[in-house]
Amino acid sequence: MTELLAKPPLRRLLITIAVVAVIELMTGPPGSNTAPTAGFKGSFAEHASFFGLFRTQRWVLFLFLALVGWGIVMVWMTNGPRVRVTLNKWLVVPRKFTSTRPVRWGVLGALLVVAVLLPHIINSPFWQAAMVEQIAVYVLLAIGLNVVVGFAGLLDLGYVAFYLIGAYTAAWVTGALPLPPLFNHALNPFWAIPIAIALVMITGILLGAPTLRLRGDYLAIVTLGFGEIVTIFANNLYGITDGSLGSKLIPHPSIHLGPLKYVWGLKPVPYYYLALGFVVLFLIVFSLLEHSRVGRAWTAIREDEVAAESVGINPLKYKVMAFAIGAASAGFAGVLTASQSNFIFPSSFTLTFSINILVLVILGGMGSIAGVVLGAILIQTVTEWLNNGQHWGYQPSDLYIYLGALLIVMMIFRPAGLIPSKRRKREILLSEADHENSHMDEVLLGDDT
Amino acid sequence: MGAFGHYLLAHLDTLKHEFWALFVGGVANGLLYGMIAVGYTLVYGVLRLINFAHSEIFMAGGFAGYFVMKALVGASAPSAFASVGLIVLGIVAGGVAGAVMAALLERVAYRTLRRRNAPRLAYLISAIGASYFLFNLAGKEFGHIAVSTPQPYINHAVFHIFGAPVLMYYIIILIAGVIMFIALDRLVAKTRLGRGIRAVAQDAETASLMGVNIDRTIAITFIVGGALGGAAGFLFAMGTGVVYTMGFVPALKAFTAAVLGGIGNLRGAMIGGLILGVFEGLCVVFVQAAYIDVVAFGILVLVLLVRPTGILGERLGRSA
Amino acid sequence: MSDIIFDVRNVTLRFGGVISLNDVSLHQDRGEILAVIGPNGAGKTSLFNSLTGVYQPQEGTINFTGRNGKSISIIGRKAYRVANFGVARTFQASRMFSALSTFENVKIGAESHRGIGVVGAMLHGPGTRRDEKRSDERTEELLKFVGLSAKANTIAASLSYGDRRRLEIARGLATDPQVLLLDEPAAGTNPSEKVELANLIRRVRDNMGVSILLIEHDMKLVMSLAERLYVLNFGGVIAEGTPEEVRANPVVIEAYLGSTTEEAESI
Repeated sequence: MTELLAKPPLRRLLITIAVVAVIELMTGPPGSNTAPTAGFKGSFAEHASFFGLFRTQRWVLFLFLALVGWGIVMVWMTNGPRVRVTLNKWLVVPRKFTSTRPVRWGVLGALLVVAVLLPHIINSPFWQAAMVEQIAVYVLLAIGLNVVVGFAGLLDLGYVAFYLIGAYTAAWVTGALPLPPLFNHALNPFWAIPIAIALVMITGILLGAPTLRLRGDYLAIVTLGFGEIVTIFANNLYGITDGSLGSKLIPHPSIHLGPLKYVWGLKPVPYYYLALGFVVLFLIVFSLLEHSRVGRAWTAIREDEVAAESVGINPLKYKVMAFAIGAASAGFAGVLTASQSNFIFPSSFTLTFSINILVLVILGGMGSIAGVVLGAILIQTVTEWLNNGQHWGYQPSDLYIYLGALLIVMMIFRPAGLIPSKRRKREILLSEADHENSHMDEVLLGDDT
Repeated sequence: MGAFGHYLLAHLDTLKHEFWALFVGGVANGLLYGMIAVGYTLVYGVLRLINFAHSEIFMAGGFAGYFVMKALVGASAPSAFASVGLIVLGIVAGGVAGAVMAALLERVAYRTLRRRNAPRLAYLISAIGASYFLFNLAGKEFGHIAVSTPQPYINHAVFHIFGAPVLMYYIIILIAGVIMFIALDRLVAKTRLGRGIRAVAQDAETASLMGVNIDRTIAITFIVGGALGGAAGFLFAMGTGVVYTMGFVPALKAFTAAVLGGIGNLRGAMIGGLILGVFEGLCVVFVQAAYIDVVAFGILVLVLLVRPTGILGERLGRSA
Repeated sequence: MSDIIFDVRNVTLRFGGVISLNDVSLHQDRGEILAVIGPNGAGKTSLFNSLTGVYQPQEGTINFTGRNGKSISIIGRKAYRVANFGVARTFQASRMFSALSTFENVKIGAESHRGIGVVGAMLHGPGTRRDEKRSDERTEELLKFVGLSAKANTIAASLSYGDRRRLEIARGLATDPQVLLLDEPAAGTNPSEKVELANLIRRVRDNMGVSILLIEHDMKLVMSLAERLYVLNFGGVIAEGTPEEVRANPVVIEAYLGSTTEEAESI
C-alpha cells in the first residue's frame, strides 16, 4: 500500500484531491460556533450544478475537477519542459523586440494614455469609486512596500502604520482631531500631503534606526508589533485622536494658488487624477532609485551584507533609507483616503491590512515595479468584482483565506512573482542552485543573455 | 514631577495591596506563555526560523478543547472526579489538534520550501500566509464572534497565599504546565528522540551524516511544540473563550518570552514566559489595560536590542 | 622610522573560552607585499577579520596609517568604516553579489565610498549623472586591469573560480584602497591561473601603489610573491622574516610537520 502511494502519479492524485478539498472548504458555505460542522458538511454535500448538465453534490463536482487537474498536472509533468523550451524559442524574437528602448517607452506611454482615459471609459459610479479607494490607494501602498521588501529585502509587517499616520496627519492638519493643528491654524488637506509624507518618513527613520540592525525574522515581528501598537494608540488616545470614535470631519482638498483654484468634491474622478499624478511621480522616483547607486547598494546588502560592508557600504543607513522612502507613498495614500472619504476609524488600520499589501507585492513580484503595480490592480479588481454582487456565495471575509493561500502557493510555485524582477529571480535561483551545485549551469543558462 | 511622584506613590500603594493577587495571575499567564514559547524555541532550534504560524496551532488547540467541552460539559455541572477527567480530555484534544496542525504546517508551508533550499524570506512569507489562511478559515467555519468555553469546574478560590485567592483555574494551569514542561525537558534531555532533536539543532549536516533522519526529526519537533501549544490553547480557552483571532496576541507575547529567555533554549522559554507573565500582571497597576500589549512589545524590542541572546542564551543543542 | 601602514600590537581575540588570536604583534610597511601563513585553524582569517573591523579583539591595538599620515585605530570601528579608510579585502570563499553582473559588482565598489545623495539619485540630476559616468569609467578601467573586460556583463555566479578572485580584487580596488587584504586568493585555481594571479597581485602593488597583505596556503605562490612573512600557529606568531629565513626556520618546519606533511613538503 505505502509502496503504491509512493508512486508519483498516485501521490500526485492524492495531493490534487487534498488541494481540491481545501478549495471546496474555502468556497463552501460558512459555519458557526453553534453549528461547527455545517460549513464542512455544506462544502461537500451541498447541491451543485454539474456545469448545467445535471444536479449533483459539490463533492462530485470537485472530485471531477480534481481528476481534470490531475490529468493536466500529469501531462505537464511529462511535456512541460519541452513546451517551455519551444515557447522560449518562439518568444526569442518578440522578447528582443519588447526589450528595446522605444518599444518600452511606447508601451509605458500607451498605458499612461489608457490610465488617463479610464474614468471616461468606465462610467459606473461603483467602479469609478473603486478605482480611487481600492485600486489607486493600494497601488500606492504596494509600490511603497516594494521599496522595503523588494529592494531592500526587509520584511515589514507593520506597513499599515505609515498609512495610518498619513491619514491621521490629514485629520490633524485640517483641525479634525482634538489635537490642535500646527500653529493652531487649520490647513486644507492638499497641504497635508507634504506634511504627511515628511512625517511618515521621519517616523520611518525613528522606527528604523534602532530596529533595522535586527535579523530578518526578528525585524518582521518587531514591525508587526509596531503596526499593532500604532493602532492601539490611535484607538485609545482620546485626547489626541478621539480614540475609537475616529475622525469624521476631514474636509475635501482644494488648491487656491493665485489664478489656480480647484476644489475636490464628492465625485471620485478628480481624486483619481490626483492619485494618478502621485502614482506616476512615485513610480518615476522609485524606478530611478532602483537603477541608481542606492538601488545597487540595496541589492548588495540583500545579497551579502558582509561583502557589502567590505566595500564601505553602511547597511543600517541604507536600510533606514529604504524604510523612510517606502513609507512616503503610504503617507500620501493615507491623506488621499482620509480627505476623499472625510472620515477615518482606527479599526480600519489593522495587521490584516499590512498583510493584504504584502500579498500584492508578492503576487506581482518582489522588487519588480511593473509586477507590483500589476499585482495590486489584479487583486484589487478581482476583490471589488467579488464584493460587488453575488458570486458563488462569496463573502467579503473569505478574501483573507484566499490571500493567505495565495501567499503559500506563490512561495511554493513562483516565489519571484508574476513579473519577476531580474535580480530577484536570479537570487532565488542561485540560492536554490546552491543546494544542488550540479544544476547550477542549467539554472544560469536560462538567464545569462 | 511632583504630580508624577504622587501618581507613582498611589499606584505603588495599590501594588502593595494587590501584589500577591496579581502575582498569582501573572504566574498562571506566564506558564501559558511559556508553553507556547516552547514551540517557537524548538522550531527555531532545528530550522533557525521563527514559525510565524505558531499562533494558529494555539488557536486550533483552543477550538478543539472548546468543542470537546461544549459537547461533554454543556450546561451540566460534572462531579469533581469527572471534571478532572474532562480537563485531561480537553488538554489531550487541544494537544492533538495542535500537533496535527503543526504537522500539516511543516509538511505544506515548510518542507516544500526546504526541498528547494528557498531563501529565508520565502519561509517567513509562506508561514505568514499559512497563519492568515488558517485563522480566517477558522473564522469562516466557526463564526467570527468570540464565545466562552463551558468550564467543567467551579472557579472558586481553593486556598489563599498572603490573602490572595488562588483560583481553581490557576491551579489547573499550574499542574498541567509543570507536568508538561518536566515531560518535555526529560524528552529532550534523555530520549533518543531528544538526542536527535539536539543533534539537528547543533549541526544538521553532521547529524544527517551520523544517521539522524532530518526530515523526520524536524517533523517531530514541530509536533512536540505543536502539542504543547495546542494544550496551552485549550487552557487559555477555558479562561478567556475562543475566537478565530485568539492566537495573535498570546503568540506575540510567547515569542517575546522565547526571546527573553534566549530563543532556542527550552528552559529559557519557560523562564521567559514566567517573567513576562508576572511583569505584565504587575503592570496592570500602572498602565491602562489597553496598553498592556504595548508594554510586552516594548520588552521585546528592548531585549532584542540590548541582549538578543536572552537571559539564558541561545542554545538548544548544548544543554537543555 | 619606516612608513608603517598596519601596526598590530598584542592583539588577543577570544570567542567564549576559545582563544583565536593570542598576543599577536606584527606590522606592514607601506608598499610591501606581506604574507601570513600557517596551518589550518592557526588564526589567519581571524586576523584578517580583526584588521577589517569584522571581529573586535578584546585586547591590543591595531593602527592603520593612511597616505596622508593620519593614523586611526581599527578596533571598535565598524567594517564599512574601516573599508572607507582605505582597507579593501577579498574573502576565502569568494563573496560576490552573485545575482549582479561583473560590471555591477565592481561599480558598487567604485561608488560606495562617495556620499549617498538620495535626493540626487531620485531626481537623477546632472551631478548624479556625472558621478555615474565617473564610476562607469573607473569600473571599465579596473575590469581591463584585472582582465575581465570581456566578461563585464556576465552574471557573477557563473564566473570561474579564477575569475571570481579577479572580480573580488577589482571590486576591492574600486574602493580606492591603500592596502588590499587577500584571503587565500589561489584557492581553487589551476596552475596557469596561479601564475596570472601572482602577476596581477604584483601589478596591483607596482602600478597602483597598493600594499598587499596575503594569506595563502600555496607555498610556491607565497614564496615567489611575498617580500616578508609571518607564520601563525595556534593563534600566535611563531616566526617572521624573508621567505628564505622562514624556510630555514626549524620552528616553522616543526609546526608544519605537526600538521600535515603535504604542506611541509611544499615549503
